[in-house]
Amino acid sequence: MAAAISLAPPPGLAIAEELPDVLPAREPLKGFAGFIRRRPSLAFGAGLLVVMLFFAVFAPWLGTVDPGALATSKRLRPPSAEAWFGTDMLGRDLYSRVVYGARVSLAVGFLVALFSSALGLAVGLVAGMVRWIDGVFMRLIDGMMSIPPILLAVALMALTRGSLQNVVIAITLAEIPRVARLVRSVVLSLREQPYVDAAVAAGTSTPMIVIRHILPNTLAPMTVQATYICASAMIVEAILSFIGAGVPPITPSWGNIMAEGRALWQVKPTLVFFPAAFLSLTVLAVNLVGDGLRDALDPRMAKSL
Amino acid sequence: MPLLEVDRLQTHFRTPDGVNRAVDGVSFSVDRGETLAVVGESGCGKSVTAMSIMRLIAEPPGKSAGEIRFEGRDLLKLPEREMRKIRGAAISMIFQEPMTSLNPVLKIGRQIGESMRLHQGLDRGQAEAKAVEMLTLVGIPEPKRRSGEYPHQLSGGMRQRVMIAMALACSPKLLIADEPTTALDVTIQAQILDLMRDLKVRVGAAILIITHDLGVVAEVADRVVVMYAGRKVEEAPVRQLFAKPRHPYTRGLLAAVPRLGSSLGGRPGRLAEIPGIVPSLKTKIEGCVFASRCPEVEEVCLRFAPALEAKAAGHLAACHHAVRGREEAA
Amino acid sequence: MSASLLEVNDLEMHFPLGRGLFGGVRRFVYAVDGLSFRVERGETLSIVGESGCGKSTVGRAVLRLLKPTAGQVVLGGVRIDDMSSGALRPMRRRIQVVFQDPFSSLNPRIRVRDALAEPMNNFGLAKSRAERDRKLNALMDKVGLPREALGRWPHEFSGGQRQRIGIARALAAEPDIIVCDEAVSALDVSVKAQIVNLLGDLQQELGLALLFISHDLAIVEHMTHRVAVMYLGKIVEIGTKRQIFARPRHPYTETLLSAVPVPDPDAPRRRIILKGDVPSPINPPRGCRFHTRCPYAFDRCRTEEPRLREVERGHEAACHLNDRPAEDNPLLSGARA
Repeated sequence: MAAAISLAPPPGLAIAEELPDVLPAREPLKGFAGFIRRRPSLAFGAGLLVVMLFFAVFAPWLGTVDPGALATSKRLRPPSAEAWFGTDMLGRDLYSRVVYGARVSLAVGFLVALFSSALGLAVGLVAGMVRWIDGVFMRLIDGMMSIPPILLAVALMALTRGSLQNVVIAITLAEIPRVARLVRSVVLSLREQPYVDAAVAAGTSTPMIVIRHILPNTLAPMTVQATYICASAMIVEAILSFIGAGVPPITPSWGNIMAEGRALWQVKPTLVFFPAAFLSLTVLAVNLVGDGLRDALDPRMAKSL
Repeated sequence: MPLLEVDRLQTHFRTPDGVNRAVDGVSFSVDRGETLAVVGESGCGKSVTAMSIMRLIAEPPGKSAGEIRFEGRDLLKLPEREMRKIRGAAISMIFQEPMTSLNPVLKIGRQIGESMRLHQGLDRGQAEAKAVEMLTLVGIPEPKRRSGEYPHQLSGGMRQRVMIAMALACSPKLLIADEPTTALDVTIQAQILDLMRDLKVRVGAAILIITHDLGVVAEVADRVVVMYAGRKVEEAPVRQLFAKPRHPYTRGLLAAVPRLGSSLGGRPGRLAEIPGIVPSLKTKIEGCVFASRCPEVEEVCLRFAPALEAKAAGHLAACHHAVRGREEAA
Repeated sequence: MSASLLEVNDLEMHFPLGRGLFGGVRRFVYAVDGLSFRVERGETLSIVGESGCGKSTVGRAVLRLLKPTAGQVVLGGVRIDDMSSGALRPMRRRIQVVFQDPFSSLNPRIRVRDALAEPMNNFGLAKSRAERDRKLNALMDKVGLPREALGRWPHEFSGGQRQRIGIARALAAEPDIIVCDEAVSALDVSVKAQIVNLLGDLQQELGLALLFISHDLAIVEHMTHRVAVMYLGKIVEIGTKRQIFARPRHPYTETLLSAVPVPDPDAPRRRIILKGDVPSPINPPRGCRFHTRCPYAFDRCRTEEPRLREVERGHEAACHLNDRPAEDNPLLSGARA
């Protein structure tokens, strides 16, 4: 050890015995390997999500054909070298349809997560900071939360025609209450923090307190919540499409593909299996990212989720 | 043979930025019926030592090495099943925060009775009768009515009494008390300390008390172990420790505590302080662990970790200076 | 008559306990119930008492983090208890706070520099960037931290260092008085001594007044000039350090002092063990609030509430025993050092 290189101890000096290491020394892993070891679920989820994003973005260049191209002569083919996932009852290439379907699902997931977070943050901040508004907003939100989000989205879709834009709006409206509630509860607990009191005592105005001390500390838990909303929005979108209340049937979304394959799923399970597998994997990826983020962010905040 | 012998206990934890050597080679023993206090500041490893004795260290990320002999058996080598028979029976523990250590949905009589049913095979009626007896022992008024209440109906001091009743229910040979009075108000703290002193005589259990409060040490302990940065730096009978502390850290600690009645004359003065901060336990410390804050530090201290050496009967200190002192005297 | 720096008159803080079905408030927690004291320039007044006695609430009311239910808070001759938050803001510079928990009293997402600059910017205490930097460096020197610590995040510091940062933030406003709400209670012995000394040094150097709220009597005795003892929302005794610690004239003060564990195994123990627990501030006892636990309680204590009354110059106590002749007053017979 180091003692060997240094001088010998003076005679008569009692030196403590060196004890062996209990845990084997392990080089702290830096960079990518260290990240995977420390945050396996985040790394795996993010990796899977990147793959799905890759499918969505580069759909036209991934060996796909026009997902809407009909070929009545090639109906219901099994998977082959030509049509990797086989074809559907209209002879459309299932692989191409599933890959293009990633665009719809991911777009809905991300847009809903983004909009509902932004709006829910605004509502939650105001409710958390202003007492009298809190009473009104929270009763409204309690009312909205007593309706299952899917039902609410179905009802909203019934009022309008099916389009990607309307699907995003409907699911966003249904998800806002969840974010608003979370942000409000985080704001209420942050307001009790001594550093907020200290800022009040230091003459900081209320708007500045929100901007400097409250808002930044709500972002971490909100980001985690946003990933869960992203996952749930993708499922709701698939359900809406499946029951015919979502994006127009022409658009290849995973819900639409499953809906079309529903009648034939006992003879041709691949028609449902491939879109369902992609949907599950994507939702899993997003949820893993959410769990990973929750663990990586402040553990005390994580408990409130 | 002492009741409990802790021999070169090491408890380390793996953390993202290196191994935390929370306890690193601590040895001491507790005799039957005696009260040993382990004193030190936060992060010195005193609580981890207690948890290690109870085998409550989560593994991973933690791991203990060395030996913990209780009545001759090494607890670190016992299978978990055997350990469960000892926990709560032969060795029991009271914690700092009585509210979080009690189950909020169980009546307290039931909670006290639980361990007796488990370890002594009493039936429900017997256990509840015994629970009322225990509540009487720890000085809770109207024990019969109280045993039918829930933890939230009791005040903090009452809850700590209930915790003590639970810990004593199976007549343990060793009671480990981790900061038992820290969360309590001073008048309640006085009640609990009195209770512990009284029970020591009546129950005859050995007590291992973990605390940062030198006042508490002086009130209840027979012997004292002083810990710093995961090591034992000094051990002595309580009177000797307070009268003639040998380790510079113990001396600093004693000087830093203001005493009631000592500064009544006029202006507020200054307290003796120990400069600096506790070193990180995540890197191996070369030399003496206290060297970075020690007022008497010399070059040897930075290079060679001092061994614990007997300074007087039963008085150990890990300090090159303390050892030198003995040679000079000889 | 020269005005005191801080004057609190008949302060009351009552918190509503839930609401009835129709919004009517049915019960209150009487956290602070008619409290008066003064703090002079450069002096330390300590408020001591056990948890739930209302001492922290007093601190929050004085800081106007809470709006008092009734009573006056006068800071430097100006009433601040009924000020609007806009009018109050410039007044806040004069009274600052240091909290107990060094971890939650600093925003984890704000660097030390920005945390300290916040009060300076709010109160316009630095006219230029250069002046601000000079003041920031001076603050770090004052609280004994290296200047480069300004660029670091709160989580990079130990508890004692964070408490120094908290003190620096309070000083950044250049206040006349700092409320220390259990400011050293969470710290380890060796660090506690450092912070206590720092507060003492700063007081001498800057002429600061301190309102030191604490349950730790040994620390209070060490650093205070005067002491107010609180029990269940009221001051039961107030006086100079020497009067309170050497000649207490209220049984509660006497008990508190006797209960402090002494770090000396050979010290004589004359402990008065109180029976029972502190009654609830929702339903405080009639008569003297301490009579349910008082070892000397007699009939009058159960019916008539004692008022704070001067027992010697500058020393007030609220106890009927002090109306009795000295030979019949147990507080005087057990004379202390």
